[in-house]
Amino acid sequence: MSAASAKPRTASSGKAERGPAMDFASLGLNIVGVAAGVAIWWALTGSGVVGLPRPPEVLARFIELLGSGQLLRDTVASLARVLTGFLLGVLLAIPVGFAMGWYKVARALVEPYLQFFRMIPPLAIIPLAIVTMGIEETPKIFVIFLASFLASVVATYQGVISVDRTMINAARVLGAKDFTIFRRVVVPASTPFILVGVRIGLGSAWATVVAAELIAAQSGLGYRMQQAQLYYDLPTIFVSLFAIGILGLVMDRMLQAVERRLTIWQERI
Amino acid sequence: MTPKIVFDNVTRRFDLKGGSFLALDRFSLDVADGEFVTVVGPSGCGKSTALNIAAGLLKASGGEVTVDGKPVEGPGPERGMIFQQYALFPWLSVRDNVEFGLRIKGEPPARRREIAERFIDLVGLGQFADALPKTLSGGMKQRCAIARAYAVDPVILLMDEPFGALDALTRVQLQDQLLETWSRERRTVMFITHDVDEAVYLANRVVVMAAGPGRLQEIIEVDLPYPRTEEIRLSPEFTAIRNRVWHAVYHQQPAQSHG
Ligand SMILES: Nc1ncnc2c1ncn2[C@@H]1O[C@H](COP(=O)(O)OP(=O)(O)O)[C@@H](O)[C@H]1O
Ligand SMILES: [Mg+2]
Repeated sequence: MSAASAKPRTASSGKAERGPAMDFASLGLNIVGVAAGVAIWWALTGSGVVGLPRPPEVLARFIELLGSGQLLRDTVASLARVLTGFLLGVLLAIPVGFAMGWYKVARALVEPYLQFFRMIPPLAIIPLAIVTMGIEETPKIFVIFLASFLASVVATYQGVISVDRTMINAARVLGAKDFTIFRRVVVPASTPFILVGVRIGLGSAWATVVAAELIAAQSGLGYRMQQAQLYYDLPTIFVSLFAIGILGLVMDRMLQAVERRLTIWQERI
Repeated sequence: MTPKIVFDNVTRRFDLKGGSFLALDRFSLDVADGEFVTVVGPSGCGKSTALNIAAGLLKASGGEVTVDGKPVEGPGPERGMIFQQYALFPWLSVRDNVEFGLRIKGEPPARRREIAERFIDLVGLGQFADALPKTLSGGMKQRCAIARAYAVDPVILLMDEPFGALDALTRVQLQDQLLETWSRERRTVMFITHDVDEAVYLANRVVVMAAGPGRLQEIIEVDLPYPRTEEIRLSPEFTAIRNRVWHAVYHQQPAQSHG
C-alpha cells in the first residue's frame, strides 16, 4: 500500500477525523485569534508608536472605495486576468502532462523546456513580455498563464506516471484497450494529483497578477496599491492587501471543496 | 482430452543493466479443462511471470502458451485474473467495478446491471453494491474483484496469491466459497499461493516451482475427494500430501547448470 501513502492529500484530511465539537472549538479560537490581532494592531497604532493606519481609518477607506465602485472595478480587473491566464494555463497543462506521462517521446521532447522554465520565476519574464507584447492585457495574462501552466503540468505528469500498474493490468484483462484504459483508469486515477497542481497553479497565478500590475497596469488591485504608494495613502494599501488575501483564500477554499468532492473515493490513512 | 492451457517450454528473460536475468526457464505444464491447479514455490521463482504470460500481460522470450490450442497473444475475455492487491478501481462503486468489463464488452445497461447484480449477490456483497471500495474490508474487496472477474464469464481463472493479504479466517471462508463456485461451474483455475496448506486444500494438482532460475520442480497429485471439508483438512492423507509439498518447496536442490 506504499502507492496509496504517496498520494497527495489535502490539508483538511486530518481535520475530517475530528468531531464537529472540535470544529466549533477551533472556529471559536480562530475568531479569538483574529480579534486579538485586530486589538493589538489598534493598540499599537492608536498609541502612535507605529506609523500605520488604525483599523477605523482602514474600515472607513474600505467603505468609501466600496461605495465609489472602485474596489469592485479593481477586483474585477485583477480577477479577470487571473482567471483567464489560469484557465488557459490549466487547460493546456492537463493534455501536455498526460502526453508526457503516457508517451516517452513527448516526455523527452518537452522535459528540457519544462525544467528550464521552472527555474525562471514567471515575473522575470515580464520585461520580455512587455517588450514583445506591449503593455496591454496580453503580457500580464501571458505571465499568469505561464505560472499556472508550469505548476499544473508537473503535477499532471506525476499523476499519470504514478498510476498503479496492477490497476492498468486489471483493466487490460477485462478487455480494455489503450484508449479505454486512458479514459477510464488513467484519467480518474490521476485526478487527485491534477487537482493539487491546479491549486498550486491558482496560488502562483494570484501571486503573479499582483506583481504584474505593480509593474505595468492601468487597473487592478496591484495598480491601486502602486498609485496609493505615490500619495502615501496607507489605508488604500491596507484595503487592497486585505482584498488580495481574502480573495485568494476564498478561491483556494472553493478549489479545495471541489477537490474533496472529486477525490472522495481516495483511501486516507 | 486436449488440455485447456499448455505451457510449452516457456522462458522469460528480463533485461537488466549489463545483461539479462532468467526469471523463467523452459517451463512446461498442461492444465486440463476444468482442472484446479495450484502453484507454490519460493518467492522469486517465476510464479507471477508464468501466470502473467498466460494472461497475455507479459510476452514470453521463448516457447509459448496456448489456450484451446491457440497461442496467447494478449489478454482475452476467456481468461479472467485476480490479483493479490485486489486492483479495484477505487473511484467506482462495487457495482460499477463489476460492470467495468461488461461495459467494455458493449452490454446494454439493463443487462449489465442484471449480470452485475447476480455476481455481487453470489459473492455476498448485495448490501454493499453502492459502496466505494475504501469502505470495504480486505476480504470484501477481494470478493468484489472476484465478482468483477466472473461477470465477463471467463472459462479460465488466473489467480495470483489472491488471498495472500487476508487474515486466516477470511482466507478459509474465501477458499470454501471459491471451491463451491468452481465445483458448480467448472472453470479451469490456475492459482498461485505461497501457503502450502492452501495449495493442497484447493487443488487437483500442486505444481511446485524452484528458483534460480525459475523452473518447474515437481507436480504432486492431490487425490482427495471434493467437496473438501474440515475433516479432510485434518486427515492423515492431507497431512501426508502437505508434507510432500512442503518438502518439495523447502528442500530444493540447487539449480543444475545447463549449456
Ligand atoms: N519487470 C521485471 N524486471 C526485472 N526483473 C523482474 C521483473 N519482473 C520479475 N522480475 C524478476 O523475475 C523473478 C521472478 O519474479 P516473479 O515471477 O514475480 O516471482 P514470484 O511471483 O514467484 O515471486 C524475480 O527474481 C523478479 O525479481
Ligand atoms: Mg508473485
